[in-house]
Amino acid sequence: MRQVYPFAAIVGQEDMKLALLIAAVDQGVGGVLVFGDRGTGKSTAVRALAALLPKRSVVAGCSYNCAPERTAGLCDTCAPGKTAKSKLEPMPVVDLPLGATEDRITGALDIERALAGGEKKFEPGLLARAHGGFLYIDEVNLLEDHLVDLLLDVTASGENVVEREGFSLRHPARFVLVGSGNPEEGELRPQLLDRFGLCLEVKTPTDMADRIEVVKRRDLFERDRAAFVESWQKEEDKIRRRIKRAQTMIGDVNVPDDVLEKAVKLCMTLGSDGIRGEITLIRAARAAAALDGAKQVTAAHLRKVAPLALRHRLRRNVLDEVDTGVRVARALTEVLPA
Amino acid sequence: MSAALAASLFAVDPVRFGGLRLRARVGPARELFLSDLAALLPEGTPLRRMPASISEDRLLGGLDLGATLATGQPVAMRGLLGECDGGVIVASMAERISAHTIAHLCTALDTGSLQMEREGMHAIISARFGLVALDEGEEDEGLAPALLDRLAFHVGEPDVEPLASKSEIHQARDLMARVAIDPAQIDELVSVAAAFGIASPRACLFALHAARACAALNGRKQVSAEDLQEAARLVLAPRATQLPAPPEEQQQEQEQEPPADQPEERASDTQPDDDNEINIPEPGAESMVEAVRTALPADLLRKLVSGDPAKRGPQNGGSGLERRTLRRGRPAGSRAGELSGGARLALLDTLRAAAPKQILRKKLLPHGAAHPPLLLRKEDLRIKRLIERTRVATIFVVDASGSQALHRLGEAKGAVQLLLAECYVRRDEAALISFRGKEARLLLPPTRSLARVRRELAQLPGGGGTPLALGISMAANMAETIRRKGDTPVLVFFTDGQANVTASGVGDRAQAETDAIQAARQLRASGTRCLLIDTSPRPQPRARKLADDLGARYLPLPAAQAQKLSAAVKAELPR
Repeated sequence: MRQVYPFAAIVGQEDMKLALLIAAVDQGVGGVLVFGDRGTGKSTAVRALAALLPKRSVVAGCSYNCAPERTAGLCDTCAPGKTAKSKLEPMPVVDLPLGATEDRITGALDIERALAGGEKKFEPGLLARAHGGFLYIDEVNLLEDHLVDLLLDVTASGENVVEREGFSLRHPARFVLVGSGNPEEGELRPQLLDRFGLCLEVKTPTDMADRIEVVKRRDLFERDRAAFVESWQKEEDKIRRRIKRAQTMIGDVNVPDDVLEKAVKLCMTLGSDGIRGEITLIRAARAAAALDGAKQVTAAHLRKVAPLALRHRLRRNVLDEVDTGVRVARALTEVLPA
Repeated sequence: MSAALAASLFAVDPVRFGGLRLRARVGPARELFLSDLAALLPEGTPLRRMPASISEDRLLGGLDLGATLATGQPVAMRGLLGECDGGVIVASMAERISAHTIAHLCTALDTGSLQMEREGMHAIISARFGLVALDEGEEDEGLAPALLDRLAFHVGEPDVEPLASKSEIHQARDLMARVAIDPAQIDELVSVAAAFGIASPRACLFALHAARACAALNGRKQVSAEDLQEAARLVLAPRATQLPAPPEEQQQEQEQEPPADQPEERASDTQPDDDNEINIPEPGAESMVEAVRTALPADLLRKLVSGDPAKRGPQNGGSGLERRTLRRGRPAGSRAGELSGGARLALLDTLRAAAPKQILRKKLLPHGAAHPPLLLRKEDLRIKRLIERTRVATIFVVDASGSQALHRLGEAKGAVQLLLAECYVRRDEAALISFRGKEARLLLPPTRSLARVRRELAQLPGGGGTPLALGISMAANMAETIRRKGDTPVLVFFTDGQANVTASGVGDRAQAETDAIQAARQLRASGTRCLLIDTSPRPQPRARKLADDLGARYLPLPAAQAQKLSAAVKAELPR
C-alpha cells in the first residue's frame, strides 16, 4: 500500500474530522456518513483515520476477532468463561469495495482447502475482519441493493448469520460503519441512512487561503510522500494521544442535568424521530468533551455536535425546501443561544 | 494546438495526470492521434483498450475459469486494471461506461490500487494507470463528472499539430522531479481557478503538474509565467463554470443582480456561495485570466455568457448517466443446471459443489489411473441466477401554466415531493416534465437522485399558456423510451385540463383541446398506466374527461391528502 495522506494535514473540514474522531473515541455513537462534493477529501480523511487509531486487543487465534474483555456477544469458540490469551492488533479499518461479492463479505467455504483435502472450513469474510473496528464503504449510495440488505441486517443485530454451502454459523460483527458518497449520483436508502449515527456534508472551502493551502500541501505530498508524512509525524502523534486520552476518560465525563434537558428540548423542537436522536446527541457530546479533555459536557459541546447527530433524523417536510442542516442551526439558536 | 500539447504532457507522466478526455468522432484523425500518443510511451508500457460494457470480473479480476478447472485449484485472473498497472487504458465510448465501472476507475485513480474481494479471493492489487477516455457523446450526454474530475486534460478534436518527439518526452520525464515552482505561482493558479468557478482542488493540482511538465519539456528547471499560462489554458479553461468579472465592474454587477425570487430566473446551483465572492487574483494572475479566457472552448463560452453554466458546464454535466446504468440484474445465488440458453457458469459454486465429492470420486477410479486434478461431473454444474426486477419509472408531468394559480402550483410541487419519497423507498426512478407557454420541457430524465429532482422542482417557474397536447406527447415519448429499456413507466399528470395552446405551439383554445384529446387517446392506446391529479380548486368535468381520454385514474387535489395520493399511485404500480 502506498503511504496515505496524514489526518493532521487535512485543511479545514472541521466537522468531518470531529465526526471521525468522535467515532474513534466512542464506537457506540454508531457510524459516520460523509456526503459531499468531489475532491473534498472524504475518502482521504477516512483512510487517514486508520493510521491514528490505537491498537485493540483480540482473542489470540480467534478467526472472528472477538474482544477478550467481553462476556457476551462472542463467537462459539470464544464462549464466555474460557480464559483466552489476548494479543494487541492494529484497529481494523476495512474497505468494502463496490465490486465485492456476497461470499467475500459474509464469508464462505474455503474453496482451496475443500478442493485440496476435501476439508470443510469456513473462511471468514470482510464482516469478521471489521469486527471491533471500522467498515468503510466509499460511494455507499452505489452499493448493490442485495448488499445493502445484508448490511442492514448485520448492523441491526450485531452478528453475521451464515446459512450457505452447508454452513450454519453465526459470529459477532459489530463495527463502525463509515460511508461516503456524492448525493448527485444517487440517493441513499432511508433504512441505511438510519444506521449512521453521525451525518455531515462537506463542501469545498470557500476561503481562498484555505484553498491555496489545500493545493500546496497536496502537491508536497504527491511529490514526496515519505518526507511529507514524516514532517507531520508530530502533529499526528498529538491527535493519537488525544484519542487515547479521550478513550480512557470518557467514562468519567459527566452530563449535567441542564445540558441533558437542553438536548431533549432540542430534539423536541426539531421533531426528530424516536429516542435515537437524543441518545446519539448525548453520546457524541460526551465524546467531544472527552476529546477536549473536559470532565463536563457543556452547551458548547452540544452545539458542536448537534448538526452531526441530528440533521439526517429530521422528518422531511415536503413543502419545506430548507436544508436540514439549516433547520438544525435554527433550532440551535432558539434552544441554545450562544 | 491544445490536443497535441495535452497529449505530450500526458505522455510525460500518464499516472500522475490521471488521464485525458478526448471528445472526438471516430476517424483517421483520432486513430492517428492515439497511435502517436502510444508511440511516446516507454517501451513495454501496457496499453489496453477497454470497452464501455466491460464486466466487473474482467475489470477487477476474478477466478480464471480455464486454469481453475485445469489445476483443480482456484486460480486468480487479473482484471484489466491490474494488467495495466504502470500503463495506459484507452476507454472507447467512455460516455457509456456504467456507474459501477466509473466508481471502480475513480477509486483506482485515487488510491493507485484496487482491493479485490471477489469469489473467495482477497487481494490488493497495484493499479496505477492513465486513462484516455474517448468520448463520443452528444451535447447533453457525456463522461461522468466524477471521472472527468480525475482526468487532467479535456480536449476536443485532435489537430494536425505534431506531438513532442520521443527524446523530448524522455528528457522531460527525467527533469520533471527537479522542476521548481514559486509558491506565489501556486497562489496565482488557485485564485485563477476560483475566479473561473472551479471548485475541485484536483484541477489546481493537475495544472501545477502540467506547468512543471511544460517547463520540463522545454528543458527548464523553473516554471515560467508561460508554463503557468499554458497549464491554466489546458487544465483550467475546459473546467470553467463562470467568467470572472473584471475588478472595477464587479461592484456594479452585484447591484444589478435581479431579485432572487424572480420566478423566471434559474439559480446557478453549483456553488451558490461563490457567485458573489469571486476573489480577484493578484496582479500577476491577470494575464493568466486572460489566457484562460481566450482558451475557453467556443460552446462553453456561449453557455457561460448566457448565464446557464450549471446546466451544461463540465462540473455538472453527465445528465442521467446513472439512469442507464444503475439497473442491473440482481445476482440471486446459483442453481444446479446445464450450460445452455446463454446461462453463465457460476464457477465458484460449481467448485464448491464438486469439492466434497473429490475424495470419493478418486477412490472409485481404477487404481493408478491417470485423472485430471479435478473430477467434475455434470451434476456439479451450477449456473448463475439473476433476477432482473423491472424497475418502475414514475414520470411527473406538471402543468405550470398561468391557469394554475401560483399556490396551486406550490401544492402540486408538494404532492410531487410526497410521491418522490415513495419512489425512493422503492428504489424507483423518477423523471420530471413540465409544460407552460409554448412548450413542454424535460426537466429531468429518469433518475434516482432525490436531491436533483427536489432542486429542479424548486426552480420550476410558472405562468403562460397551457400546451397540454405537447406535455402529453412528450410524456408519451418518454414512456415509450422507458418501456424500450425494459422498465415500466407510470405517468402522473398534475393539471386542471384546460388546454389553450395547440400542439404546434399556437394559442387557440378550440384547436388546443382537440389536440390534447388526440394526444391523450394516442397515449391511452399505448396502454401506459396513468394517474391524473386535478389541480383546479374545485374538481372540473374537463379534467375528469381528460382522465377518461388518457385511461387514467382521476384524483382531485383538494381531496388528495398524502395517504390517498400514495395509495393511488401504489394502485397503479405493477406488482
